[in-house]
Amino acid sequence: MATTEIPLSKIENRETTRVVTLTVNGVRHSVETTTRTTLADFLREELRLTGTHIGCAHGVCGACTVMMDGQSIRSCLMFSVQAHGHDILTVEGLSKEGELSPLQACFRAHHALQCGYCTPGFLITLTDFLSHNPDPTEEEVRQALTGNLCRCTGYTNIIEAALDAAKRMRTNSEAAA
Amino acid sequence: MKNRFVGAPVERVEDLRLITGKGRFTGDLRPDGSWTAHFLRSPYAHARWSKLDASSAKAMPGVHAVFSFDDLPAYLRDKPFPLLVPNPAIRQPLTFTTLANHEACYAGEPVAVIVADSRDIAEDAAELIFVDYEVLRVANDCRDAAKPDAPPAHLSSKDNVGAVMTFNIGDADKAIAEAPHKLHDSYFQHRGCGHAMEGRAVLAMHDPLNDRLSIWSAAQAPYMVRTVIGAMLRLDDTKLRVVAPDVGGGFGPKGIVYHEEVVVAWLAMALNHSVTWSEDRHEQSTATCQERDEYAEADVAFDDDGRVLAVKVLVIQDTGAYMPFGIITEWVGATTLPGPYVLPNYRMDMTIALTNKVPCSPLRGNGRPQAVFVMERLMDRIAQYLGKDRTAVRELNMIKPEQMPYKVGLTGRDNSPVTYDSGDYPGCQRMAVDQADYSTFEERQQQARKEGRYLGIGIGNVVEATGLGPHEGATVRVLSSGKIGVFTGAAAQGQGHATVLTQVAADAFGTEIDQIEVFAADTALFPNGVGTFASRVAVNAGSSVHNASAKLRDLVLQMAADQMGIPSEEIAIMPGKVKVKDEALVRIGEGKPIEIPLSQLLLMSNGVPGYTASGQGNPGLSATDYFRPTQATYSNATHVVELEVDVETGLVQLLRYIVGHDCGRVLNPLIVCGQIQGGVAHGIGNALYEYMDYDEHAQPQTNTLEEYLLPGVLDVPKVEIVQMESPTPLNPLGIKGAGESGTIPAAAAIISAIENALQPFDIKISRCPLQAEHIVEMIARSKVRSQEESLVKA
Repeated sequence: MATTEIPLSKIENRETTRVVTLTVNGVRHSVETTTRTTLADFLREELRLTGTHIGCAHGVCGACTVMMDGQSIRSCLMFSVQAHGHDILTVEGLSKEGELSPLQACFRAHHALQCGYCTPGFLITLTDFLSHNPDPTEEEVRQALTGNLCRCTGYTNIIEAALDAAKRMRTNSEAAA
Repeated sequence: MKNRFVGAPVERVEDLRLITGKGRFTGDLRPDGSWTAHFLRSPYAHARWSKLDASSAKAMPGVHAVFSFDDLPAYLRDKPFPLLVPNPAIRQPLTFTTLANHEACYAGEPVAVIVADSRDIAEDAAELIFVDYEVLRVANDCRDAAKPDAPPAHLSSKDNVGAVMTFNIGDADKAIAEAPHKLHDSYFQHRGCGHAMEGRAVLAMHDPLNDRLSIWSAAQAPYMVRTVIGAMLRLDDTKLRVVAPDVGGGFGPKGIVYHEEVVVAWLAMALNHSVTWSEDRHEQSTATCQERDEYAEADVAFDDDGRVLAVKVLVIQDTGAYMPFGIITEWVGATTLPGPYVLPNYRMDMTIALTNKVPCSPLRGNGRPQAVFVMERLMDRIAQYLGKDRTAVRELNMIKPEQMPYKVGLTGRDNSPVTYDSGDYPGCQRMAVDQADYSTFEERQQQARKEGRYLGIGIGNVVEATGLGPHEGATVRVLSSGKIGVFTGAAAQGQGHATVLTQVAADAFGTEIDQIEVFAADTALFPNGVGTFASRVAVNAGSSVHNASAKLRDLVLQMAADQMGIPSEEIAIMPGKVKVKDEALVRIGEGKPIEIPLSQLLLMSNGVPGYTASGQGNPGLSATDYFRPTQATYSNATHVVELEVDVETGLVQLLRYIVGHDCGRVLNPLIVCGQIQGGVAHGIGNALYEYMDYDEHAQPQTNTLEEYLLPGVLDVPKVEIVQMESPTPLNPLGIKGAGESGTIPAAAAIISAIENALQPFDIKISRCPLQAEHIVEMIARSKVRSQEESLVKA
């Protein structure tokens, strides 16, 4: 093993840093961070927004899903520097002025979460999905959730929560119109 | 007292913080400036080394310390972790050591720990640590490992036999010898990893002001964490606080105590700095316990009607490199095998083999799914042999409700005789079978065959020992706000314990849900607890909260009666206060109040400094109860699944999934149904997808969620749950556990259904998991076989 041949004086921490400026949940932040920090770690460690969770760190489980410029993305597969200048929405930004979003309320009413660790990812994925498909079928909801894993619930209540939320949102927008 | 909340679908009190991103999981807690620990793990399944050089790693900027075994203080080197569940059958009580002592016995065993500003830096530094590994021969397949000439999994061991156990009812050998019919079958089963979505995590802080070490751990059993850390670090429990905050799923593997908890706790003291560690998914696969391989050779004897006369099973089970939780998985499996059936003669001989793989711990179901699989496969075999219906053979063998309480003839893992307390097993099976439209299935099957589709139906039964001891306790007291605080040791990992305990307390004390606050799993707030496993919390903590709340109600009413000068029966408890039911009863003008806020009643109870105490009993409105069950209480379930097999691709689609379920009194149907639905999902994973693969060097191969497949949203149908309630006489609320019966018979039912679907190919299935590739292979082999047979005939 060659590692012992490196003179101790030469060993350095080669981390480089950049200032990342971005908007998260409507608040603008400018933070210096290492270039290898993922967006997920940046949100959790630098901004202390710990609602976004890391389940696998390789883009399979979907727990870290956030929205960037209105599209759901995996924050574990992106460096924070790539989010420079962009607009991020996390689970902390879903309820407005202390009022739960219809989707959040339906998650509670339908017992769509148990441990709650994967829940932020499901909420963001579905928030994105329902904004594009306000009247989905069960099959469409299932297809939308193929990128999110949950070990506790067996999914059914999540699907029912999503369908009920869609219904409530349609009723709300009809009432507004 | 009329129940308003117990039994109702009360929305969970935990949810609000979790759906708004305000949960407090261990990895979310990161005090400013805290350091991160990272573990260098053995890359080999079995290796030893003499030299470990960490000087380059230590020199890296941002690295604060590196420790390997030799750097640890003597008290961490000279003994392994205590064995938490000893048993005389254990021949080699191999528990973890703090760090590997110059020999690693599985790929993933911690060799050194690096403490740095960030995990990134610590991982870089780990690459600079030089270890002169000498790779050793491995004990791999547990059947080979158990043989006398096998390479030892530990150099210090003569062989790999960790434990040998025998379980007996009657005389199975004699009964088999004399029986009119007998069958033999061989089974392979593998259960895989826990893969809670939150990995394990630890935060340790030493508080010099109080000289106290505080540990937050993503653990199922924080009091066991306290026991082990206390023993290893030689700390009294007054100097040690362990908290399990929000925990992102447990499923068994988080129920034992790991190296990382002890090492991180020690680092916080040794470095006098807060230290965190969070597992990544690779570590969940290689450093967190699993339930793995089991091979079973089974003989069954039966009469002409299909009545079972004897079952004899020879089992070899792989426990991995250590036995951190002893042999409870195996013991529970052996005593679960008889299930709902009368089994006059039974013998199980079990060898538990040590291998160079990740150690074994309970995993949701804990040995029961394997046992149920064997028994249910045998039931199917009998039905096939006699040409009888599978449900009829089962019902013929079932214990009748009038036989309750029923002594099985075995000793349970709680050391009490296995005695089923209550239940209607034939009724539960009939209920599930009716719901599944079982009687018309053959028509559906025939119709589908005409279209070239292969439908199958399968069935699986379980009787599950739940609510195991020794105890769980609760203190219920009036808080200074006038709300009611419930303090208990029972930790939760998503089961909704706080909600259920709130319901129980609200009913027993007689108040509203929003008046109750639950404080759980913090050793500083409640002195004793056990942990969350064996579907035991609702039974044990639920009963103690019920009893303590009822005691507190009496205490409050008596205190109020003394103050108001009227009998306690005339006083009502209301949110935040007590009030006389009929105001005319209180003599107005004599200074007697008609209502008293609970906060004021608490002050009265505490007394006025220097004055004589009023009333009786201890100061403070507080009541404590420990519930110590005399034995397990037995819940039961019947699973029926209808599915379709694609014979080209081997893919299985579950069409309908029915669970007939009896967990006694249901405390909250939302939560019980959620447990069953989620439990079935886990069972589906066990049946069809989940396999922790090791290569010929015992090197783990499925270390990401791309390689280790968890059931996804397209794989899990809505479970149709039909409940019956046979309340147990063994606790005040009549509760039985509900946490695992969704998982336990799932694989047995699914495999039974696949076999049923593939009848035209004459395939017998004796393994689990059964992945698509296995189905394709079996069908291909069957086609070759039938071609050969037709050639012979021609």
